Amino acid sequence: MHVGIIFFLVILGSVLFHIFTPWYWTDVASNWGGMDDTITLTFWIGGGVFIAVCLFMVYCVFKFSYKKERKAEYKPEDKKLEKILTWATTLGVAALLAPGLIIWNQYVNVPKNAIEIDVMAWQWGWQYRLPGEDGKLGTTKVVNINDDNPFGINLDDPFGNDDVMIQSDVINLENNRPVKILLRSVDVLHNWYVPQFRAKMDAVPGIVTYYWFEPNKTGEFEVLCAEYCGVGHYAMRGGVEVQDKKDYDNWLQEQETFSDLIAKQKILENEKTKLAKK
Amino acid sequence: MSEDFNDNKTIQAQSSEAISGGGSGIGADADYVRPAEVADQDLYHGHSFITKWIFCQDAKVIGVQYFLLATFTGIIGLILSWLMRLQLGFPGLAPFMTAEHYYQFVTMHGMIMVVYFLTALFLGGFGNYLIPLMVGARDMVFPYLNMVSFWSFFVAVAVLLASFFVPGGPTGSGWTLYPPQAILEGTPGSGWGIMLMCISLILFVAGFTMGGLNYLITVLQARTRGMTLMRMPLTVWGIFTATVLAMLAFPALLVGALMMSLDNVLGTSFFMPTILKAGEVLEYGGGSPILFQHLFWFFGHPEVYIVALPAFGIISDLISVHARKNIFGYRMMVWAIVGIGALSFFVWAHHMYVSGMNPWFGFFFATTTLIIAVPTAMKVYNWILTLWRGNIRLNTVMLWCLGFIVTFVNGGITGIFLGNVSVDVPLSDTYFVIAHFHMVMGIAPLMVIMGAVYHWFPLVAGRFLDEKLGKWHFWLTFLGAYSIYFPMHYLGFIGVPRRYFEMYDSPYVTSAVGMNEFISLAAFIVGAAQFILIYNIIKTLKTGKPAGHNPWQACSLEWLTPTVPPEHGNWGDRLPTVHRWAYDYSVPGAKEDFITQTTPPSEVANTEVEKT
Repeated sequence: MHVGIIFFLVILGSVLFHIFTPWYWTDVASNWGGMDDTITLTFWIGGGVFIAVCLFMVYCVFKFSYKKERKAEYKPEDKKLEKILTWATTLGVAALLAPGLIIWNQYVNVPKNAIEIDVMAWQWGWQYRLPGEDGKLGTTKVVNINDDNPFGINLDDPFGNDDVMIQSDVINLENNRPVKILLRSVDVLHNWYVPQFRAKMDAVPGIVTYYWFEPNKTGEFEVLCAEYCGVGHYAMRGGVEVQDKKDYDNWLQEQETFSDLIAKQKILENEKTKLAKK
Repeated sequence: MSEDFNDNKTIQAQSSEAISGGGSGIGADADYVRPAEVADQDLYHGHSFITKWIFCQDAKVIGVQYFLLATFTGIIGLILSWLMRLQLGFPGLAPFMTAEHYYQFVTMHGMIMVVYFLTALFLGGFGNYLIPLMVGARDMVFPYLNMVSFWSFFVAVAVLLASFFVPGGPTGSGWTLYPPQAILEGTPGSGWGIMLMCISLILFVAGFTMGGLNYLITVLQARTRGMTLMRMPLTVWGIFTATVLAMLAFPALLVGALMMSLDNVLGTSFFMPTILKAGEVLEYGGGSPILFQHLFWFFGHPEVYIVALPAFGIISDLISVHARKNIFGYRMMVWAIVGIGALSFFVWAHHMYVSGMNPWFGFFFATTTLIIAVPTAMKVYNWILTLWRGNIRLNTVMLWCLGFIVTFVNGGITGIFLGNVSVDVPLSDTYFVIAHFHMVMGIAPLMVIMGAVYHWFPLVAGRFLDEKLGKWHFWLTFLGAYSIYFPMHYLGFIGVPRRYFEMYDSPYVTSAVGMNEFISLAAFIVGAAQFILIYNIIKTLKTGKPAGHNPWQACSLEWLTPTVPPEHGNWGDRLPTVHRWAYDYSVPGAKEDFITQTTPPSEVANTEVEKT
């Protein structure tokens, strides 16, 4: 008797926990609210199945506990029942899969007006680069990377000169404008993840991966690395600040381009050689 | 001894001829079973202590050896999980807990539990003990190879544990061992640790292949007379199919481990692209880190079912015996096991939706993954329909079965979240994943293992385990484990990433601190509760209630040996002859509520038994 009651309380407790939990997802701050909706739908269908199966089990425990004089039913198969259950399950699964695939289709197709952001990951930190006025990022190579050229931009690539180099681990984004995050890594796997945006993707050394989202809430967010990358993984944080267009444009104006950096570097070097000559 | 045995062989050959020769009468016709195709063969009998108990060729002893070593390794995994929970619940409390150690514990816990505990225990432990008994064989077909299989496992475990004592300690690359990180500085144990891990895995796979071939060929070739494939208990079907998966999946792990070792030692670049480390370009180039992930998960996903399918099979038998009712939809259950096994090779990349592989794969793998939900759901329905109108004994074994159903359904449904590609995006790499796979392939199989221990202990040791201690063990484990992993899903919803040594004060996770403390406390209790079982076993080995023959009134062959516990050779003078499936419980018209597999139809002539 108490067995059935305890199992019933476990089910009831799970439902109550879900209803009253203070731990739930953060407010979505991007266009991926559809992911939340699919989760909610899965909760309804999946949760319904969970409750139904468990309650049926509890009912059986109450109703069919061992009695010496009773004999169990002898019925090896019930083709009709099995058929109904198979089709009902297939239908339920299809109902969950469809919205999942529709949203995935949006996820892999980046809108044309998305602004590209080059996110470079390393053990353990982030660096950012934006395309300059030409709207194109310069090509890169890992072997070019040095202190003056943190992204390894090919010096003979004209598209690279006006690339905007962000000298901070916080990147600013324009509200309501889609961004395509291009992910690169110089050493191991990383993953640029902001929980409020819902989206993520691994950065893989050797290739460029991508994903996109459209921020729709202004404010500051924390960036977490979501792919284990060694002993500093948990400390590999960064930031995002989503701003309205005016603030964003002001911020963008203040950033330096790649050619600015190179020029600055040259001046520094010249001064150094002058000092050395003296 | 062996001379007696040869005499028996001739007796049996004669008797089967007699049956086939005189099969003209109606009663005899119904009882007719095809004669054996191959004469019974004598086994090698060990005489010294070493050949009987250490380098032993008896599958039952090997099964117990596998069980004990896997359990020992599992306890190490358990202690590591305590240390991890100590850090997560109460950061800074343990002075020795550095980030390096934390990641080493995470890695070793994961690998130990999945490979060296669950896989070894289900296939090496239960497989060895139960397959020959359940199909009516005297032993595995290659007893010597079987012995080597266990000792390879032993060496593999020794190498694995040795990595705790080498310079740099064990690898801390996560149980998935992803390169490039696994073999680069910046990850603990990137030199010796990962090397020993790869060697240990290679040894495990080699040893496991020897055992696996044994299981397969024993099931295919050494079944006793009358034991058709569709009369085998589902336990055998589960272990058999899981072994087929293991034979196909483990080679992928083997080559992955080999290639990574070459990258590490010889400087090849299978998985290593051009890499910049501390301002220096390393001498690697052109390799693909994602290739390793494909190899790993081509092994890794079938691995989930290598653990799950034996669990499915065993739980079906336990429920059927203790509900005194045939397993509902036996044929559906068999096809579901085989179907899930086949499908499990087409879903591996659902672990890699956000890995950076071509995102278009997502459509394919989401579809195949959700298709697997259908046969899996059918199995769940059939378990609860077996309870329906049964005559359920609410003993300890049944409690573990009920606990399995709740945790497995729970974990199965969260699997639908993660399999459904775009739902996976926000949840992957968070605590939702941890909660999901611990529920579905940690706790649920553990429930099965425990149920199986309480169920078969009377066969192995000849005595019952103590029921009262068993119930304490169950309720503490079930309620404790459920309260660890059910709330943990909600940490994942918040977005708390996995494999974080410390959360600091991220604005949205401060609310998680209280829950982490609660989960850690529950984990300490659940872990400690497992020692109740060890105490129970030690206590009842000496003083437990003697079980006698077939104490659960089961139908299947393993309970029908002439001696309990069964001796070497299992069946004494004559191999059993099988006349029916393993599930004739509560047949209308029968005197008792079970008809054993060896009962000929003429003995139960007035029953309404269905032909199987």
